Amino acid sequence: MAENIGEKLKNYRTAPFDSRFPNTNQTRNCYQNYLDFHRCNKALSAKDQDVAPCDWYKKVYQSLCPISWVEKWDEQKENGSFAGKI
Amino acid sequence: MAYPSMLGFQDATSPIMEELLHFHDHAMIIVTLISSFVFYTITMMVITKLTYKSMLDSQEMEMVWTALPALILTMVALPSLRILYLMDELNFPNLTVKAVGHQWYWSYEYTDFEQLNFDSYMIPTQDLTPGQFRLLDTDNRMVVPVNSPIRVMVTADDVLHSWATPSLGIKLDAVPGRLNQTALMTSRPGVFYGQCSEICGANHSFMPIVVESIPLDHFEYWTHSMLNNA
Repeated sequence: MAENIGEKLKNYRTAPFDSRFPNTNQTRNCYQNYLDFHRCNKALSAKDQDVAPCDWYKKVYQSLCPISWVEKWDEQKENGSFAGKI
Repeated sequence: MAYPSMLGFQDATSPIMEELLHFHDHAMIIVTLISSFVFYTITMMVITKLTYKSMLDSQEMEMVWTALPALILTMVALPSLRILYLMDELNFPNLTVKAVGHQWYWSYEYTDFEQLNFDSYMIPTQDLTPGQFRLLDTDNRMVVPVNSPIRVMVTADDVLHSWATPSLGIKLDAVPGRLNQTALMTSRPGVFYGQCSEICGANHSFMPIVVESIPLDHFEYWTHSMLNNA
């Protein structure tokens, strides 16, 4: 899986269909990928592993999430007021 | 696009809208036939000079006017459900565009690779150049590659708006804090207009939507020029 991540990232076009979020409301899809990126970074850096696989989540949330939402969440993270569990 | 004294739908630009057009034709024929038949029957009953004083019941008649409407309703329902499920098909998009509604303009974000985003304001009437459409044209258009499945995500920054393009058969509410997704595919190149479809304040009628569909290589050139000019 880790070997393929480079290939997946190279061939990335846009966020693929995610069967966890099959309906019109994709709010959770965007939010979940944002959380997963930061959780992945945190988990892999704690084990001193390469964080490259986490880039997948970053690409997906950048595709899906409005820029203003991402900026707001990044700011909250820096302030320590981000509500999500990372 | 829309024109004065228009009676029908705008020309379809996406496969789904084509299906909806044909379904509407089908349903309209059925409705017209039923209405003409009822109107004729009532008229004949009212103006006739004949009377039949021993009318009781008729089982056969009851059977016919129950079974026939059931059949007609099935003939309407089956194509309708077919289109409903067609709209729900997975479309495996090549591109994601976000349309964000503000008071009173739309902004479009293309963030799959670079962070391209820009605002799209209506051109004020006094600034129109010859050939531009009043209350419909904008300074920047949402440009998409033709014949390509695209994911459009609609949201809003402040109050409710609605992103609508009749030619593509799309209308999707823009709700603050919510991200609504729809599939878009333009079958032909061109420029397609729409208007905000949810009351959002003083200039609700003055925040139109323009989608421009062009070949893929021109689209790549457009993204480069937009990024360089930003």
